[in-house]
Amino acid sequence: MSEENAGGVAKKFLYVNRKAPYGTIYALESLEVVLIGAAFEQDVSLAFLDDGVYQLLKGQDTKGLEVKNFSPTFGALEDYDVTKLYVEEEALQARGLSAADLVVPVEVVSAQRMAEIMAGQDVILNF
Amino acid sequence: MKFSILVNEGPYTHEASDAAFQFVKAALAKGHEIYRVFFYHDGVNNGTRLTVPPQDDRNIVKRWSELAAQHKLDLVVCIAAAQRRGLMDKSEAKRNGKDADNIAPGFRISGLGQLIEAGIQADRLVVFGA
Repeated sequence: MSEENAGGVAKKFLYVNRKAPYGTIYALESLEVVLIGAAFEQDVSLAFLDDGVYQLLKGQDTKGLEVKNFSPTFGALEDYDVTKLYVEEEALQARGLSAADLVVPVEVVSAQRMAEIMAGQDVILNF
Repeated sequence: MKFSILVNEGPYTHEASDAAFQFVKAALAKGHEIYRVFFYHDGVNNGTRLTVPPQDDRNIVKRWSELAAQHKLDLVVCIAAAQRRGLMDKSEAKRNGKDADNIAPGFRISGLGQLIEAGIQADRLVVFGA
């Protein structure tokens, strides 16, 4: 989309999600960046650490909070060619969760592997 | 080096805006280029000209405006985040039927694409807050 990018040189963008989906707006506004950013045809990955893993949890019901349940949007990321979702294994385990509890298919990786993934990025946006 | 900056927290509650400001000032002093400063989340509140901090305290908004004027900085406030939090320029106020605008000098309102582009164009994107 940008002139610099017209030659097909994509940067590696990683969005790091560390916070629970509700309680603060960080998770929702992070997802908004991912959706807008998808138009730029960069090499995009998402990482979920700490309470950020709760963003992907199945069966979210936000009626009582009177805020929008945005977890179905993760299921639409594939349409935006955003397919690399990494979830930290230790974060899942600490919360008694597994990949089967999540709304989309993800790659569960160790904290050590996550560090390697981060080290290989050009741009890291942490929310 | 060419830097882009992301500020994710509002003024005074959080140190992010102060740290970003000091980083930008130091980088410019060392001869580096600041491609853009992007304000997101509550960070958009750094762009309201209606703040009136006590006289013995730093004026965070004014400080950004002055640095922008001095170095022709591109200070961009995210439009979606700004709309949620009541930060408007003249055209946004008019478009949304509001009776006033409150954006500070040197700031402009634009879309999230400006953040992605800032990440693409800069050698480093440095994130403050969140």
